[in-house]
Amino acid sequence: MSDTIEKVSIIVSKGSLEGVYPALIMANGARAEGIEANLFFTFFGLDVVHRSRIDHIKVATVGNPGLHLATVAGGLPGVSSVMTHYLERKMEKLDIPPIPEFVEMIADTGAGIYACKASVDLFDLTKDDLIEQVMDIITVGEFYEMAAGGEIIFT
Amino acid sequence: MTVVTYAGTAVTVNDEGFFEDPTQWTEAMAPEIARTEDIGELTEPHWQVIKFMRAEYAAKGTGPTVRILGKTSGVSVKELYQLFPKGPAKVAAKIAGIPKPRGCI
Repeated sequence: MSDTIEKVSIIVSKGSLEGVYPALIMANGARAEGIEANLFFTFFGLDVVHRSRIDHIKVATVGNPGLHLATVAGGLPGVSSVMTHYLERKMEKLDIPPIPEFVEMIADTGAGIYACKASVDLFDLTKDDLIEQVMDIITVGEFYEMAAGGEIIFT
Repeated sequence: MTVVTYAGTAVTVNDEGFFEDPTQWTEAMAPEIARTEDIGELTEPHWQVIKFMRAEYAAKGTGPTVRILGKTSGVSVKELYQLFPKGPAKVAAKIAGIPKPRGCI
């Protein structure tokens, strides 16, 4: 096995803020190191490439023990928005871009951005519902072809 | 640490080829370092980025991230990756004789 990574294909299946950022950081970081990168958005991860939803990705405040917030409190109206806003402010200070800017930047680095066909069909979406950076809606078979010879990361 | 010769002058670089002492760097060395990174010829936009890297390092003590480069160097992210396909912040830092930027973004 080679001791350098030449290509990564990252699957994003979650639509929460904490589910999305690690994948974006890994894709962007791969490109920054000269590694070829593809992002494949599936299931709720599709929200990240959905025109009207990309601006509203929120942190999960229920069922998220890592947040150290009582589930009862996390379920109150507005708590998710407040927590998201708080995290976004902290990230901006650390030079971590907001999700829409980050996705645009990752596309500009030359990474491939793809949507999963099964999920697009499941949610009754078309290419018009997706942001312009999405290169194509592809099947799982096409994903494997594209990922061949590289590492696959599922998030 | 290794000693290498660029433009007829011996300089010390680390294991990855980044300058240990940015003051040893001169503009005449840049084209030679660029060739080690598979960049054939340094064009005007390459120089714009290299000079920006030097200025940022001088001001802040660390090289800029790709995001900052894209926002403030006058060269877009897309173009940065065309100029430095192996990673703009990393490769431009090496050619500019400054340490490798340490950041996750």
